[in-house]
Amino acid sequence: MTESIHMVDRSERVAWTVVFAVVLALAVPWFMWRSDTVVAGLPLWLWWHVGWLCLTSVTFYVFTQRAWGIWVGGEAA
Amino acid sequence: MSVALQVGIVVAYLLVALGVGLLAYRLSERTAEDYYLASRSIGTVVLLFTTFATLLSAFTFFAGPNIAAAFGPEWILVMGLMDGVIFGLLWYVLGYKQWRLGQKHGYVTLGEMLGDRFGARWLRGGVAFVSLFWLFPYVMLQQDGAGTALNVLTDGAVPFWAGAGLITVFMILYVVLAGMRGVAWTDTLQGAFMLVVVWTALVWVLHSVGGVGAATDAMGTYDGEFLTLGGGFYAVPTFLSNAVGIAFGVTMFPQVNQRFFVGKSEAVLKRSFVLWPVLVLLLFVPAFLLGAWAGGLGVDVGSVRNVLPALLGDHTPSWFAAVVVAGAMAAMMSSSDSMLLSGSSYFTRDLYRPFTGGETDERREDRLGRIGVAAFALSTYAMSLYNNSISGTWSLFRIGDTAFGGFAQLALPVAVALYWRRTTRAGVATGIFASQAFFLLTVFQPETWLGDVPVVGATLVDAWAPAAGVFASTYFGGWGANVVGMALGLVLTVGVSLATQPAPEEDRSAYALGAD
Repeated sequence: MTESIHMVDRSERVAWTVVFAVVLALAVPWFMWRSDTVVAGLPLWLWWHVGWLCLTSVTFYVFTQRAWGIWVGGEAA
Repeated sequence: MSVALQVGIVVAYLLVALGVGLLAYRLSERTAEDYYLASRSIGTVVLLFTTFATLLSAFTFFAGPNIAAAFGPEWILVMGLMDGVIFGLLWYVLGYKQWRLGQKHGYVTLGEMLGDRFGARWLRGGVAFVSLFWLFPYVMLQQDGAGTALNVLTDGAVPFWAGAGLITVFMILYVVLAGMRGVAWTDTLQGAFMLVVVWTALVWVLHSVGGVGAATDAMGTYDGEFLTLGGGFYAVPTFLSNAVGIAFGVTMFPQVNQRFFVGKSEAVLKRSFVLWPVLVLLLFVPAFLLGAWAGGLGVDVGSVRNVLPALLGDHTPSWFAAVVVAGAMAAMMSSSDSMLLSGSSYFTRDLYRPFTGGETDERREDRLGRIGVAAFALSTYAMSLYNNSISGTWSLFRIGDTAFGGFAQLALPVAVALYWRRTTRAGVATGIFASQAFFLLTVFQPETWLGDVPVVGATLVDAWAPAAGVFASTYFGGWGANVVGMALGLVLTVGVSLATQPAPEEDRSAYALGAD
């Protein structure tokens, strides 16, 4: 383990579980179900999905920097 | 002109792949770990693209756009959720754990990993058998697709057997030579090529039709439902059954699961994890949007064989449509080669070697693996020819079409075993084999067959008649048998583990990873 990896405490583990649950739950904008609004040439719900997957990448990046290794067993370097 | 060009492009790709194979052969050591896993030395770009190209391939060019054309662009969301988000997370939860265990214990296959923890050769062999059962017809589907595509491309000048045979021979040559390193390198070229082609296609078509707004307007006129999220084909259970079932299935496909072991370092895995969702998005959005727009832009969706080539034929020069078709065929091969390599490793390491009892050294196993590739490819080719000769019956393709569901049944018992120390051999074995049995019965019940010829099943169906209601293809208002089977596997793995004691041969600490 390198020094740059800090220990992830229990509350942060819970927080990551919640974050990933949200990432999963809103990849499809269920609250726009049956919406047909078009913005800038594409359905708004499609823009949401595109934005959400970009946000997913950002979330994954923060995860690799802060909490990589949780659940799997030991925060390896 | 166009036909000659298309064939020329296919042949050029084959020669490039062969060249890459030769290059990789020169760099390889003669060991099984190097042949199957490139000595666990794959870097970020190659790992990302080999996983990407192996996973996505010809589906992106043909079947995916066809679905979007028939039912609307929501397919982008199904695939984005499935591959971008769920598979991404599973790559961490299952894949990263497998990678760590591979580093620690040297595992090369899934069966090996389970057999070691649960101290059972029969479990190792059983998992390999189940995997090969689903993989074999899936490889056949690829060969059949390639043979048919070459046949159509050349207006019948190249017969089916010759087209499928040509591609099989080339694959054998370069997979036997190259192993994982060469396959991963060709996949990388392939994945980059797919991205460039699909974005070029998007820009070209939009330029021709007057921009994205015009294309979407035409789509709304063609079918107003296409602008509306959900509805019709896209019911919530359909969304989730596809996304969940296929994402879990993908993780247990041998050629994908084995890629979990090949990363060079933690840093490589982290970077791949971060870039994955965006990479998926970059390919799916343009490919499936083109499909969804096709109807509005004048493609007769109901009558063309594949929507994307038809759309490109209308809006781009013939040589470009040819590049896309040839690229899609090459993509088909880039998935098949990985399947051959993994299929061979499952067969030689988990079935042949443990059950024939011979001690093999590294060099011999390396040789055995290469022979296995050739044998596997020739067997699937022979079965493809046979299958083609009896076309009209439901045949083995039914198994290939449901392979994702079959593999998905493995995922949850494996996940439980990886994370729950209390899992017992009886538990994991029951979870795996009972869910397989359940899913198989749903696959072979008559109303789910393609076409209308219930050949072999007729007598079996009578025998099952009392149980027919239990083995349906969908449940509870549209949930697929794949996810119902997964739930069954989960419940059985946990329940039977709780009810049984670990066998003496089990090594319950095998999957423990300390913070060391």
